[in-house]
Amino acid sequence: MKRLKFKRKSRLREFIGEKFIAINALVALLAIILIFIFIFKEALPIFTNPEIRQEAGLDKMIFKQVYYEGRDPKYAWQPNSDVPKYSLLPLLIGTIKAAIIALLFATPLGVGAAIFSSEFAGKRTREFIKPIIEILAGIPSVVLGFFALMILATILQKTLGLTFRLNALNAGIALGLAVIPIIFTISEDAMTSVPSSLRDAATALGANRWEVSMTTILPAALPGIAASIVLGFGRAIGETMIVLMASGNAAIISASFLDSVRTFSATIAAELAEVVFGGAHYSVLFFIGSLLFVFTFLINLGGDMVLTRIKARIQGKI
Amino acid sequence: MKKTILITGFALVLMSLSMLIAGTTITIKGSDTLVRLGQRWAEEYMKVNDGVVIQVSGGGSGTGIAALLNNATDICEASRDMKEKEYKKAKELGIAPYRVSVALDGIAIFLNEKNKVTNLTFAQLKGIYTGSITNWKEVGGNDVQIILYGRENNSGTYAFFKEHVLNEEDYSEYTQTLPGTAAVVNAVSKDVNGIGYGGIAWAKGVKYASVAKEDGGKYIEPSVETVSNGSYPISRDLYWFFNGKPTGELRKLVNWTLSETGQKIAAEIDYVPLSKERADANIVK
Repeated sequence: MKRLKFKRKSRLREFIGEKFIAINALVALLAIILIFIFIFKEALPIFTNPEIRQEAGLDKMIFKQVYYEGRDPKYAWQPNSDVPKYSLLPLLIGTIKAAIIALLFATPLGVGAAIFSSEFAGKRTREFIKPIIEILAGIPSVVLGFFALMILATILQKTLGLTFRLNALNAGIALGLAVIPIIFTISEDAMTSVPSSLRDAATALGANRWEVSMTTILPAALPGIAASIVLGFGRAIGETMIVLMASGNAAIISASFLDSVRTFSATIAAELAEVVFGGAHYSVLFFIGSLLFVFTFLINLGGDMVLTRIKARIQGKI
Repeated sequence: MKKTILITGFALVLMSLSMLIAGTTITIKGSDTLVRLGQRWAEEYMKVNDGVVIQVSGGGSGTGIAALLNNATDICEASRDMKEKEYKKAKELGIAPYRVSVALDGIAIFLNEKNKVTNLTFAQLKGIYTGSITNWKEVGGNDVQIILYGRENNSGTYAFFKEHVLNEEDYSEYTQTLPGTAAVVNAVSKDVNGIGYGGIAWAKGVKYASVAKEDGGKYIEPSVETVSNGSYPISRDLYWFFNGKPTGELRKLVNWTLSETGQKIAAEIDYVPLSKERADANIVK
């Protein structure tokens, strides 16, 4: 009798515990959905409000516009002008430029460090390197931005003789520092989870350590490394403070990576605080926010899907 | 340890109680250009007036005006007049903005100390910032590209410069925008070919350009004297906005800032004081 009572009680506890955890998970999910709805709702007037559509419709954001009679049509981001200009193209180009530099800088370093750590480093060295690189992820981005603004920019300008002190290269390298830990951690995981049977087989066939890692481990871990780069890209386009401080924020359309750039995220951060509530500029900034949300959401989803597939394959489920 | 906590707690309770009894809390919000002055005034005013608590915060002229319209602040500090749009919005919301000019400010043109150029006209400045003049040799300097620095488009300084110097034309797309005048000064001090603009109270490590309004006119260097006597061409009023004509403690405060004591404090921290006649004329009766 006594035993039964105990059992019932523990069952109740289990029930409550389970529901409690489930609610916690739901709250997180709900928060994301609500943020999603809020941002989209604030961007909606671009499509529904005729007055705002007149000033900042989708066509005005995408295509070249003639802003003053008799002048050539152009793309321009000048929201606080007598003729407000809301072309998103300069911002898109700026965002992509900074992200590309970040990846070009972070990928070799992150993947290289991952190969070294998982294949060549001894146990002691690995336990030393791993946490240090992961600490890089914990540095507040404002600190990285400040470093790029004050020190990196000066070094780059002096060594390369650049015209613009603050530019895509400078911002991209600082962004890269924030991306390295992501690429490193995920790539390293991917390489260490390659089954040891593959490694053993390659070694048995007479491959040395270098050959094993280059011809066996790296190809097997390639999807995971690709996913790490994709997730790093997501971080690079969403990161705000670093680009706000280090990029110069000039909305220029050019192919040069040495020109100043203005990114989506920095534009929102710089302008949202003082726009007229509910006006065209306000809606456009939220529209940019929605774009960023969708971009990063799809990128992270894609990266995650690749990772789960790899895990399943390695565990022999596919 | 316990004792300290107790004492601190007691002090906190006492402070909040005294605030409750005194009852007068004044909030001031707005322009980043004015925030330092507002804080100094508040400190000095609270020293001589027991029981008045003044809270000062920045955020920008636009933020301050928005707060005034939403009835979220007693006084709005602004480095520009309200726009027509904002006056219209105020009317809709039943707010009657009352404007008092409390001090002056000059917008200085910052150049790197190594730059050969020292004089610029309005026309040249307009050309430089709209992008039609791109090389320093066109205005008497070395044969190098001009690097433009400016403020973000939500700042009062951005709007004022655009209105008064650029005649509402757009800034060149190559203008690099930085958050805050301090950042602009810093950038120009590091960039030999840079040019920037901002309040004259801020410049450290850069030199000022002398500015002439007309071609062939006299070049005037920005300083407290040239701004307050009106000879420096890029100067502006700094305002306090109230909801309706201020009365009671608010009136006492604003009239105090316009007094000799108040204006002297402004001059001490590098703002430009109003001349005696102008200050007297602005006093709220």
